[in-house]
Amino acid sequence: MTKKQKKLLIRILVACGLFAAAFATEKLTDWNKYIYLGLYLVPYLVAGYDVLLKSARHIGKGQVFDEMFLMAVATIGALVIGEYPESVFVMVFFQTGELFQSVAVGKSRRSISSLMDLRPDSATVVRDGVEEEVLPEEVCVGDTLLVRPGERVPVDGTVTKGASTIDTAALTGESVPADVGPGDTLISGSVNLTGTLFFTADKEYGESTAAKILELVENSSLRKAKSEQFLTRFAKYYTPAVVVGALLLAVIPSIITGDWKDWVYRALIFLVVSCPCALVISVPLSFFGGIGGASSRGILIKGANYLEALADVKTAVFDKTGTLTTGAFTVTDVLPAPGFDRETVLALAAQAEYYSEHPIALSVKKAAGTYEAPADTQALSGYGIEARTEAGTVLAGNAALMKDRGVAFAETDENGTAVYVAQNGAFAGCIVINDTLKPDAAEAIARLKALGVTKTVMLTGDREAAARTAAEQAGVDEYRAGLLPQDKVAIVDELCRAEGKRETLLFVGDGVNDAPVLGRADIGVAMGALGSDAAIEAADAVIMDDDPAKLAAAIAIARRTKRIVRENVVFALGVKFAVLILAACGLTNMWVGVFADVGVAVLAILNAMRTLKNQSSADGSHASNRLRQT
Amino acid sequence: MKKSIKLEDLDCANCAAKLENAVAAIDGVQRVTVSFMAQKMILEAPDDRFDDVLKQVVKTAKKVVPEATVIL
Repeated sequence: MTKKQKKLLIRILVACGLFAAAFATEKLTDWNKYIYLGLYLVPYLVAGYDVLLKSARHIGKGQVFDEMFLMAVATIGALVIGEYPESVFVMVFFQTGELFQSVAVGKSRRSISSLMDLRPDSATVVRDGVEEEVLPEEVCVGDTLLVRPGERVPVDGTVTKGASTIDTAALTGESVPADVGPGDTLISGSVNLTGTLFFTADKEYGESTAAKILELVENSSLRKAKSEQFLTRFAKYYTPAVVVGALLLAVIPSIITGDWKDWVYRALIFLVVSCPCALVISVPLSFFGGIGGASSRGILIKGANYLEALADVKTAVFDKTGTLTTGAFTVTDVLPAPGFDRETVLALAAQAEYYSEHPIALSVKKAAGTYEAPADTQALSGYGIEARTEAGTVLAGNAALMKDRGVAFAETDENGTAVYVAQNGAFAGCIVINDTLKPDAAEAIARLKALGVTKTVMLTGDREAAARTAAEQAGVDEYRAGLLPQDKVAIVDELCRAEGKRETLLFVGDGVNDAPVLGRADIGVAMGALGSDAAIEAADAVIMDDDPAKLAAAIAIARRTKRIVRENVVFALGVKFAVLILAACGLTNMWVGVFADVGVAVLAILNAMRTLKNQSSADGSHASNRLRQT
Repeated sequence: MKKSIKLEDLDCANCAAKLENAVAAIDGVQRVTVSFMAQKMILEAPDDRFDDVLKQVVKTAKKVVPEATVIL
């Protein structure tokens, strides 16, 4: 609690004690009523003097529909008509509500930053061989910094000396430590685990990943959800309407019946419930909590509007390469010719590809494991490679190469890229290479379907055959192959038009080449965005690592947040209207009225704060289980 | 031009909503959002009139939410 909050708490407690004393005195004695008024005025002023001062100031500025002013009118009115205990109770309870609200909001503001847990406290700069502790903001580009085991990397940079393991859990939500050494990039917000590292700052703190992410999450509350905008508009009319109702209720029936006291009392109850606070505070608080919870799982959502839209996703469109597939090529099959075995074919091809850095060559070399260096190789552009090795002349390349050299070979019809290998003019076999599906892609799609996503579509620029295989393996409903970037925008556009009114379309891409598509979709999600400013810039939501299963987690969080928001709105509005009706009919009292106002706000806030907690149980994902185990 | 303005001691959510409505009604304000959670206001107004509009905004803020401090 802050100093201000502690002071208010003490005032409330003192007022409670004095109130109880005044109440007991009133019950036990039989004095003049002005003595009781005096006794009750003490706790009233202790609890509410600032409300009276503020309302005087507000009314001086012409703010008639101000909650402080209305509360002051309600309690003074109650004092005037002789309802002393009510008046004091309303004031004390109102202040309790204010205190609670301010503590809750402060707590959730803080827990967002601790959930994110990215902010480094200090940085150690090495200048002329002397270590110096400075604030992260004071680090300049080009400075040499030192980060010890257990410390957080303060700014983005490049390792110059040392070797260690880095934990990016705070950024991605997954603790998969990565080894780093000289030349590797360090991303701010990650934690150095094992060894001391020296690195050069590439960016200032404000431009570094950690600061950018924190800023993004904090500013997400500026993009308001539709339900929040609706409530703001509603609040604009609610207070004046209730105040006018109170005036009418105090005047008209009083003139007719002549029973002033009763009708004024009913009108005062109206004033007590005239603040739409519970609604206005709990909705943004819920969204803030939902966004914060998602951030701690490595899912950044740029606005409450996007979180709200995520809850209604009916169509999910995926880019293939890098999103559903790893984007790295791997050998998926080896078809040796008679007389050759798998290892020989791979070793021959690897020897031929020895000096090549092409992705396909890399995948062959990786699959082969150990192989010898060739004596000489010659790249045959558009065909492949010819190499002279200890095992003779090796050819590795496409079908055209085999035909050109007159090698009798069997053409394969398997999907993917085929590399044909020949040794001394004899066909040795064929290696099939594919861009492989991410291990959890199929599971991610299945979970989206389980969450009620009715249509899943994969878009790719690849050939039909490769697209079909990937689509079948991933389990998407539809795929479109051979697309140019502008075709993707057109397809997403067409799918968006086909949606129903309360349905949204999600597009998932790598965020690098698909900015226009990300922009066109209702929610554009960039995946594997850690360290890519462009992707974070272009997308509406960002998944920091490249785990497609997080999509389902994001939707689950969005749904849960939306449900909590709806609960709050229905509950708060229901109670308020019920109290208004009961008060108009004279069936309730001020105690109930103040509960409807403050009590509902407290309950709504408590409910809203659930969005911050128990995120892992929201979807039961394996990712969170893994975190819990570690 | 777009400017982010910090609002200290913006304690009540309804006040933030009221401030947003009041600022939106100022002549020359193209777009405004007030976030109670972030205690920030993002103001958009034409470049040539920005300083004028900003003065009006500060005045309005003082009137609508006297307890909050506008930090430019």
